[in-house]
This record gives sequence, C-alpha cells and structure tokens, in this order.
Amino acid sequence: MVDILGGIVQAFQLIFAGDVTLYGIVCRTLLFSGVAVLLAALWGTPIAMVLALKHFRGKAIVKTFFNSLIGIPTVVLGLILYLVFSKSGPLGFLGLLYTPAAIILGEAILVTPILISITITAIEAVDPEVLLLAKTLGASDSQASMAVLKEALNGFLLGNIASFNRAIAELGVALLVGGNIVGLTDVLTTAISRYTQRGELDFAIALGILLLVIVFAINLLIIAARKVKIIFELWRSPQ
Amino acid sequence: MTLIAELKDVTKVLGATKVLDNVNLQINKGEILALLGPNGSGKTTLLKILAFLETPTFGEVKFQGGTVHAKNAELFRMRSTMVFQKATFFDASVYKNIAYGLKLRRLAENEIRGRVKEALMLVKLEGFERRSARKLSGGEQQRVAIARAIVLNTPLLLLDEPTANLDPKNVAIVEEVIAAINRGRGITIVLATHNMFQAEKLPQRVALINNGQIKEVGETSDVFGKLSRNLASFAAIDNTFKGIASDTGSGTTVVDVGNNVKVEVTTQQRGEISFFVSPQDIILSKSAIASSARNVFKGKIVAISDSGSLVKLTVDVGQPFVVQITKRSFVEMGLNLNAEVYLAFKASSVQVL
Repeated sequence: MVDILGGIVQAFQLIFAGDVTLYGIVCRTLLFSGVAVLLAALWGTPIAMVLALKHFRGKAIVKTFFNSLIGIPTVVLGLILYLVFSKSGPLGFLGLLYTPAAIILGEAILVTPILISITITAIEAVDPEVLLLAKTLGASDSQASMAVLKEALNGFLLGNIASFNRAIAELGVALLVGGNIVGLTDVLTTAISRYTQRGELDFAIALGILLLVIVFAINLLIIAARKVKIIFELWRSPQ
Repeated sequence: MTLIAELKDVTKVLGATKVLDNVNLQINKGEILALLGPNGSGKTTLLKILAFLETPTFGEVKFQGGTVHAKNAELFRMRSTMVFQKATFFDASVYKNIAYGLKLRRLAENEIRGRVKEALMLVKLEGFERRSARKLSGGEQQRVAIARAIVLNTPLLLLDEPTANLDPKNVAIVEEVIAAINRGRGITIVLATHNMFQAEKLPQRVALINNGQIKEVGETSDVFGKLSRNLASFAAIDNTFKGIASDTGSGTTVVDVGNNVKVEVTTQQRGEISFFVSPQDIILSKSAIASSARNVFKGKIVAISDSGSLVKLTVDVGQPFVVQITKRSFVEMGLNLNAEVYLAFKASSVQVL
C-alpha cells in the first residue's frame, strides 16, 4: 500500500517536473495516433461516402463486414500484422517491423472500421435531397458528395475522435509490430506495461494518469463541441 | 419556335413501376410550360430528367441541340436547375445557400455578393443573408429556394409544385417572381403543378400528364377553353367531380356525382359534366349554419395534412371534398380525425370545366 501511495506521489512529481522521458512518450503517442487517424480518414472517408451514397449489389455485406471489424481484438490484428511485416511475411521486404511506421499503419488499419461505420451513419442521416440539391445547383458528383459530407460534419468529426480514442488506448498492435523500443516505438500503453513489469510504478502510474487525462479531455471536447457547436457555427457563419 | 429541350420516347422504370411511359415533349425557348397532373402522375420524375438528375431507362433527351447521356449529364446540369417541392437547404445561412451554385461556377466574391442581394430582392427577402435557412418559415424557405435557383440564370428553370402548401401572400410573391424572370430574362420555365388554376394563370402552354403519360399538350387557352376529356378525367385532382347535370325545376342545375351527393351549380349545361370546387371556397363548420350557400353537406374528416400555416382536410360526405383552413381555425375548432363537420359552398363557386 505504501508502495502504491509512494508511486502516486512520485508520479505527480514526474508529471509536474515535466520529465523528458515521460513527455517524450506522450508526444510520440499523440503523433502516432494522430497520423494513424489521418491515414484512416484519408482512405476511410471515400469508402464511407461510396457505401452511404451509392447503390450496388453486396453493399449490405460490405457494411456488415466493416461493422464486425470494429470489435476486432487488437492483439489479433497485431499478430496478423506481425506475420505480414515479419522477415518471412509478404511485406517483410519493406523492413517496417519495429518501426513507428508499422505502429501508425497498424493503428490506421485498426480504426478504419470505426471511422467508416460512424461516417456512414452520419452521411445516411443527412436528407437524401441534399445530394440532389447540390447537383441541381451545378455540383459534379464528387462536389455533391462533399456537400453531403459537410452536412454530416458533426458525425464525421465524432468518427474521427472515436478513432483517435481507440488508437491511443490500444496495446496489442503497438506492442506486437512496434516492439516497445524505448525512445523509438514505445507509446503510453506499451510503456505502462513495461514499467509495471519492471516495478517502476511511479512511471507507470504517471503514464496511466496522462493517458486518462488525454482520453477524458477528448471526451470533454466532444461534449463541448456538441453543446457549443463552435466548429459548426464557425463553418455556418455567412460571408 | 426554337426548342430548348426535347424528350423523345422517354420511359423511366423504377423497380417494377413504369413512372414515365413513352413521353414525347418539346419545350420551346422562353416559354412557361405547366405539367398538370395529379400526385404520382410522373411530374417530378419528368422534371428530374430535364434537370439531368435522372437518366431515362429508354428514350432520348436533347438539350440545346446536344444529346444528354449519363456521361455528359454533369455538364448539362450547369444549364438547367430545379427547385424541389420540399424546400431543402444546406445547414448554413441564406447567403451561403444562395451563393453555393455561384461558387461552383467560380464567380468572383464581389459578383456573388451582388447577385445574391439581387436574387433576395426579387423574392422580397432583402436583408435575409445572415439568417439560418433552415429556421425560416415555410413560405420564406420556398422563396429562398427559388432565389437560389434564379441567381444561377440557367436557361432552363424547373419548378416542382412551387406554391403547394404556401399561404396566399407567398403564392402571390412566387407567381410574380416566376412571371418576372420569364419576361425579364427570357428564362424558360417548366412548372409542375396539380393546381389547375395556377396552370391556367401563368403558363403559355400546358401538358396534361397522368399515369406517366402525356395525355395532351397545347396552348393554355385551348386546353382549358374546350371541355377537355383528359382534364375532366383528372378525378385525382382535389375536388374535381364528374356527374350528370339536370334541371332542378327552379332555374338552377343539380349535378348528381354519385353516392347520394348532389351539387347545385349555375351552369345551364345538361348531361355529363365535370366541375371543380376550390378548397378555399368551402366553409367548414361544426354545426349546420344558415347561409345563402346552396350546397351544404354533412360528413366526417378522413384525412388531415398539416402544411405550415394552413391545414388541408379531406371530408367524406359520400364523396371526398378537400377543404383548406388556417391552422388557427383548425386548433380553435378542436377538429380531429373522424369528427363530424358541415361543408357549405355557393353554387356560383362551382367551376364547370
């Protein structure tokens, strides 16, 4: 008990002292997760738009596929990617295993189903006449799709934030394809696991607190954005 | 007369339904053409094909001499714009809504501002730029939707029931704008309506459409002047009835429209005739009132449709009559479905077709 209390006190000391190792891990985590979500949005948004706006055979199956992938255990995905990126794997020649790129790619793949599913729901909630409206005012097919996405901005942002939350809090992918290399590929979750195993509880607790703060802050941001609608009012302001 | 658009043997199949059936229609440059037909007759689909939002299943669409197909529809959409029956808006200000199409055309910001202002002036909504479009009243929304279309100055303007569900003040403004841009800018207008009297007032030509087929096309005066069998067959248009006219013996005429409903009219015609009673000309009351109205019927409210400040009621008196009252009257009278009500209208309000 004394150990735990001591650990908590030391953790706060580390946080307030601005420990370089500690904040290095935080920055790396934010960067990896941020880029991962950006990548997922880059390829996930067009897929979501096609799935929400176009009619084709097998659409329901594809949507169900992405929906079921939301719950994929991160270790399983981590293992699959490990096999793909390992030397004897199909993408082994890229030499990505145990690099930041592998974590970013892995997390991007992990959050893609969440991003796609939430974006589809948001787009489908938009009045279908908005697409026709944009077209009749002269928009090309892609411009009209963008107009619909703009209407679904609220849900689209929510999808991105939820994806970021998932990326930042996952362990399996970062551990298996990142290798938890100190100062290179260790992120909040993997570092917590390492410091706990080593018995360096002050570091583990400090990182745990920071992870919670980040996750709570993001959720507060969602609530604030919904209530105040700052972003949307800014976008709506005329002229 | 130069043609702006032409539909040749156009058929549109949606699922198992033939929404348009072998439609041939020519639209002259600079005219106002009304598509008159009951709900579900194919008017909206026809307009969407002319707006290049839908492609026909079979047949050919020509616009300003060129043939339109799925691949070049995007280009043609720049030259034809449609105002939908249900005013739809981007979740943005009135200004952004109206400016959207101009921005797509890459106009300079200055010019956009000027044209938005001018369009708002035309629909009598000056100073509405900063208002949120979705928070406007029904009438204002419809006027903004029209401003958003006319600001583009496309050679062809398509209006789907532009005055349905509007109060008389907004109807007058919208009709004035339609006439003004047709006269002043020479814009060709195709107007879908199920309101016979709007079709008679604004357009130079009328096309009667029913069950996806064009039944008759002609000059407005010709179509409405002669007793058109097609027009009379549009029983689906509210308050249009067909029956046998006979002498009452006291100088007036009574038309038996079946199911024990006999309507007094002022015509001297005998035999089978068709007539129309405007929903605005019918007085609705909860008890029988003594008045000069020659036609009084007791019935039950069978349908209620709310359209902003007005409420449309269908009253079954043996035949369905549509009555239009203000929402305030509706609330104050405490009306509801299946309520027993009385309808009254003058013999002189009955318009024989």
